[in-house]
Amino acid sequence: MADVTEVRGAAARQISYRDAVAEGIAREMRRDPSVVCLGEDIGAAGGVFKTTVGLHKEFGPERVWDTPISEQAIVGAAMGAAMTGLRPVAEIMFSDFFACCWDYLANEIPKVRYMTGGQVTVPLVVRTANGGGLGFGAQHSQATENWALTVPGLKIAAPSTPADVIGMMAAAIRSDDPVVFFEHKGLLAGKGAPPEPDHVVELGRAAVVREGADVTLVALASMVPVALKAAERLAQEDIDVEVVDLRSLVPLDMATVLASLGRTSRLVVVEENPYQGGWGATVVSVVADEGFGLLDAPVRRVAGECVPLPFADVLEEQVIPTVDKVVAAVRSLAAY
Amino acid sequence: MDTAELLARYEQMALIRRTEKAAHDLFLQGLVKGTTHLAAGHEAIAVGASAALRDDDYVFATYRGHHHAMARGATPEECLAELMQRATGLCRAKGGSMHLTKADAFMLGSYAIVGAHLPMAVGAAWSAKLRGTGQLAVAFFGDGATNIGAFHEALNLAAVWKLPVLFVCENNLYMEYTPIADVTAVARPAADRAPAYGIPGEVVDGNDVVSVQEAVARLAGRARAGDGPAVLEAETYRHFGHSRTDPATYRPAEEVERWLKHDPLDIARGRLVEAGVPEETVTAADERVQAVVRQAIDAAKNAPAPDPREAFTDVWADGGAAWRT
Ligand SMILES: Cc1ncc(C[n+]2csc(CCOP(=O)(O)OP(=O)(O)O)c2C)c(N)n1
Repeated sequence: MADVTEVRGAAARQISYRDAVAEGIAREMRRDPSVVCLGEDIGAAGGVFKTTVGLHKEFGPERVWDTPISEQAIVGAAMGAAMTGLRPVAEIMFSDFFACCWDYLANEIPKVRYMTGGQVTVPLVVRTANGGGLGFGAQHSQATENWALTVPGLKIAAPSTPADVIGMMAAAIRSDDPVVFFEHKGLLAGKGAPPEPDHVVELGRAAVVREGADVTLVALASMVPVALKAAERLAQEDIDVEVVDLRSLVPLDMATVLASLGRTSRLVVVEENPYQGGWGATVVSVVADEGFGLLDAPVRRVAGECVPLPFADVLEEQVIPTVDKVVAAVRSLAAY
Repeated sequence: MDTAELLARYEQMALIRRTEKAAHDLFLQGLVKGTTHLAAGHEAIAVGASAALRDDDYVFATYRGHHHAMARGATPEECLAELMQRATGLCRAKGGSMHLTKADAFMLGSYAIVGAHLPMAVGAAWSAKLRGTGQLAVAFFGDGATNIGAFHEALNLAAVWKLPVLFVCENNLYMEYTPIADVTAVARPAADRAPAYGIPGEVVDGNDVVSVQEAVARLAGRARAGDGPAVLEAETYRHFGHSRTDPATYRPAEEVERWLKHDPLDIARGRLVEAGVPEETVTAADERVQAVVRQAIDAAKNAPAPDPREAFTDVWADGGAAWRT
């Protein structure tokens, strides 16, 4: 039996995903005075998801700015500031609201460097609370990473653990390229080990978070714990599942996915966004193109259903991938 | 303004006019593709405003932005080469007419989504304020942009944060083909909206370079002193249609005639003559301009096309375009 005080001590040293967001930003603000934050209610209020708690107190109103409800002005101003010497971190409260400032994410930020022949860079981070599972209904629950994936010129981060939140926030803020940073609402309360000081997780590096020989599960953000739970259950049936946490969609670490398939020969992708146009389609198409010879079975995508996100738990469960759905998909492949 | 300065403004406006004319002619010869939104008629706004600014003030413009790029120092050769898809173009032929940018002169781009750059200018002004540089940001935009959300969000944020930013509307009476008056609830699309955001809104004759320079200098001084943003609505008229394909037949002949008589170059020339500058001095300026533009056309024509591999550069700050491993 484990020593109780030791277990308590380890628990006390844990950090929540929510606190990791603020900690990740704070670490960068401490080392680089050009990092500034802006967004709705992010100052003294600490953000509606409490992901910026403490920043206003530590860094003051000169570096943490409350904005009006003006998504275009928030992201547009962040862009102007990024072009002129700052490293802004803009918050869009819910990723659904990207639609209100989509011009900046689709037409302005990702293109200005290219269309000026490399004259300007846009080193900014747009952070947002993403995804479902909290019963917020169709306009506050979408997983929208795939929206960003349709636009060349954006880097896309979507961490699944507190340590990765901190490490990837460091990489995102230090990046000279624009990064869209998805913080999953369903993971905010979860806890994990805090990383070392100056922990940096380079964007574009997937992590093999569970090794296995039979089937590869590729997942992102809140689908990583779903995949891990499915893997545990499948282990009881002697199906040995490898789980890859992609961590970022651009750059997309296909090398790690293909290497995993070299070991398992079977692929299931688990993604929260809708099947139609979901990021898994891109992963799977690269596998079909470059990894066909590695496969011993068809590929499966366990993805969001192609309906708006419903409100009731029993309905939302139908639409978002669950452990049961992942288990069923893996089982069918293992038997193939 | 002394006569030397006025002559310099005249010459710069004439250079822009000549270059716009060249762009027009080169289009007809099939040497410029895509589209162009010529600024002939709007020169006094870019030149007058630019003269009132510091060299390191930020400028953001629209797809109708050749005059702003040139007013901030882009050469006719760089601009025409860009329009003609040459490697020597201002944006290395990756932007085209609608995206002329001269970042090393703090001209941070021309944007083709109506109104999009107003919040960017707000952000640049915010950045200047935080860095304590004393720089100003100026967004130039059309009357049509005053009915888009980004305009209103930008004005409000700039006012709330008291930022050193000027919003200069080039009111040429038409959005695309529709008179702005037909689709706008107030008479002065920009100036009348400013007071709703607690900021001053002024109207100026946008074809008189002296008036523009004075107005911008005054509002810039105010903004730099910490008194916040301002809106300047400059009345003007475009000499060509909205874009290359537009013959602008929707404009009444009488109106066109009236405005062509109120040409920014004629007004500046009139002022020079009035100030006793000899005719030959003005003619000499015209000749210098002609020579520069002629040489720019030749140089652009003779410049090479971009290396096809350039399609895959400059997406990311490392110069590349890799999106996956
Ligand atoms: C958001 C958006 N809507 C529509 C257009 C198409 N469009 C391009 S220019 C233009 C007219 C803009 O008029 P104004 O702002 O007055 O500028 P001007 O062209 O007269 O300089 C329109 C409708 C666009 N580029 N962007």
